[in-house]
Amino acid sequence: MKKVERIGGNVASYVDDRTGAAKWLRKNLTKVFPDHWSFMLGEIVLYSFIILLLSGTFLTFWFDPSQREVVYEGSYEPLQDIKMSAAYASTLHISFDVRGGLLMRQIHHWAALLFMAGMIAHLMRVFFTGAFRKPREANWLIGVGLVTLGIVEGFLGYSLPDDLLSGTGIRIAEAIIQALPVVGSYLAFFTFGGAFPGEAFIPRIYTVHVLLLPGAFLALITIHLMLVWYQKHTQYPGPGRTEKNVVGYPLMPVYMAKAGGFFFIVFGVTALLGAVASINPIWLYGPYNPGQISAGSQPDFYMGWLDGLVRMAPPIESYIFGYTISWNILIPGLIIPGILFTLMALYPFIESWMTGDKEEHHLLDRPRNNPNRTAIGAMSLSFILVVLINGGNDIIATNFHLTINQIMWFTRIGVIVIPPLVFVITKRICLSLQRADREKVLHGRETGRLVMLPHGEFVEIHEELTPAQKFTLTQHQQPKALLLPATDANGVLNPQGIKGKIRARFSQAHVEQVPAPTESEAEALEGGHH
Amino acid sequence: MEKMNSGIKKLSRYRRHRFAGPALLIVALITMGTTFQVASALPNSSKMETTAKSTLIEEGKRIFNLGCSTCHGLNLEGGGIAPALIGVGAASVDFQVGTGRMPLAEMSQQAMRKQPIYNEEETAALAAYVASLAPGPDIINEAQLTYERDGNTAEGGELFRTNCAMCHNFAGQGGALTQGKYAPTLMGVDAKYIYEAMITGPQSMPVFSDKTITPEEKLSIIKWVKAAENEPNLGGAALGRVGPVTEGLLVWTLGLGLLIGIAVWLTMKAK
Repeated sequence: MKKVERIGGNVASYVDDRTGAAKWLRKNLTKVFPDHWSFMLGEIVLYSFIILLLSGTFLTFWFDPSQREVVYEGSYEPLQDIKMSAAYASTLHISFDVRGGLLMRQIHHWAALLFMAGMIAHLMRVFFTGAFRKPREANWLIGVGLVTLGIVEGFLGYSLPDDLLSGTGIRIAEAIIQALPVVGSYLAFFTFGGAFPGEAFIPRIYTVHVLLLPGAFLALITIHLMLVWYQKHTQYPGPGRTEKNVVGYPLMPVYMAKAGGFFFIVFGVTALLGAVASINPIWLYGPYNPGQISAGSQPDFYMGWLDGLVRMAPPIESYIFGYTISWNILIPGLIIPGILFTLMALYPFIESWMTGDKEEHHLLDRPRNNPNRTAIGAMSLSFILVVLINGGNDIIATNFHLTINQIMWFTRIGVIVIPPLVFVITKRICLSLQRADREKVLHGRETGRLVMLPHGEFVEIHEELTPAQKFTLTQHQQPKALLLPATDANGVLNPQGIKGKIRARFSQAHVEQVPAPTESEAEALEGGHH
Repeated sequence: MEKMNSGIKKLSRYRRHRFAGPALLIVALITMGTTFQVASALPNSSKMETTAKSTLIEEGKRIFNLGCSTCHGLNLEGGGIAPALIGVGAASVDFQVGTGRMPLAEMSQQAMRKQPIYNEEETAALAAYVASLAPGPDIINEAQLTYERDGNTAEGGELFRTNCAMCHNFAGQGGALTQGKYAPTLMGVDAKYIYEAMITGPQSMPVFSDKTITPEEKLSIIKWVKAAENEPNLGGAALGRVGPVTEGLLVWTLGLGLLIGIAVWLTMKAK
């Protein structure tokens, strides 16, 4: 034994004698995780978060979160001698007078956009594959919480530099607070420490942005990952994969290397974006002044849908007991987002109620095999996309020579008409794909090779699928519809009332599927030609 | 030939590769885009010939009666589809004709900037004719455009953000107005035309009289616009200087797109 090995061994057994770590490590380092590109979306989010913590810490060294008025005397000529807040001046200082400051600011902002985009992509993966089903409902709820906090955290970061765009966003946030009936004005005064913009808001949101919310993120992400660890990762169906096992590679060394490498790739992509693409050029916007506004003022994309909703709202107000209720802000700014996020959070419970499915699920669904869920997801996405388009209506209008009014009317009507259409179309596409799968299993893959038989007939060669492929295409369970009991023991008609009727109707929609081929069907075709 | 054949053979080996389809699609799209760009960038070579001159005003009247009176009337009185031009001044004519907005190409929401139809002499003649019938703001000449010397960039920026940015965007890139009208981009616009637009208020734009914004302040605004136009993109690709819409687009395409591509590559089964 070499000297190094002996010393290393001694240290290891010293630690192990006192902590018993070896057993725990052996168990956990060999823990198996399944492999699929879509399982790495969450990793993108986690790594962006780490990049945000690192680059954000760098920015705090110079950022001065204060609305105290200063006169700019830095190196950016076009703002020389202009009065501005210390927050804005220090952001200019970071951009132009701190070595690497602009790069760090851009990395921070790009990583924030990537954080949100990755979260939404991860959420879509979890939704469309049914990974939120029992026992993972709690983790779904944490995820929804993280998205919500992410939107808030991003908005606060966008507000901190106190440039013209930031101030415009804060002004709209103030309007939304004021739209709350009765308490709105008081709440706005409380938030801003007086009249808008005041001098209290930036220092306050700074604390929330760098301390409170990152802390909440750390806690929630930790629980999120611990639950993934404890409940084990879901996997896509395939031969050898069951509800009771996990097929994949061990954490050490495969995933340690993969995940570690992927962190540096994510860092590389944010650094690349930060180095080559300008983001939020605050020096062009100028300092915030409530008397100024820029055409085409937009929030970052994760708030864009909210902005689009507010932009399409018709001007409705009512006056009750001397109070104004601004429905035009209240509905799009608070009520609709509230409904959307509540429905999203409750979806696992709603689906389980609709289908009566109380089983544990560790195998994922292929989206086509649950047409109703996939259609609901596509419908929701189309809603968000339509309102997001309206959020960018002015930019779209100028760049594509359209009128802002046409876009607004298109989205006003579209937001009602398009989602149901998307639901129906998606569901039909899923059923067609199921039919195609069935066709493939029973008749093989169309190879495109035409052969002429001796008697002159042309036939296309169908290649039989491998048993593994057949298994993957036929393994899914197809649920049975919940039937409404006609009478109960005492002969009362429909004892569950309207609730039972709705449930039975939903369940029927859910079980509309193309039957997966059975063994006997396959056998009946054996030997026969197709 | 031999070499080329073997090259094609090599290439054809990849024709059933699973990325062959997407790669071909990208090549086709780039080719189409480039062809379109080149074709649409070909210069428009039609130019009017200069005619012999009598006096400037008479020449202007002749051009006006030929080219403008159909809509604006023989006595500049205007009509159902065009405004009266009495008292608009030479500056207005110089701006509208000099930037190619007039004569209109079509009856649309707003006259757009295009290649001017009339050359400098013809424009000057038209302006002289219109100004001869009623007084109005004069054409701005080079000697008045002393913004390099008399303007203050920072002050111009403040004035721009207060008076102009709500339509023309924070960086002068232009923006949308209602019903298809728009505030055009200020990038690449002559200082003279920026000044004339401020004093004549073309289309939806208000007039900024010398009492609202003094001549020195106008020069400062022009100096700031020119500074913005000439400012290198300090943070990298500017993405149109239109704010978060293009930034969001880039993060979903290049940012997340690239990372998902890498994730697919990392989890590929070894062959």
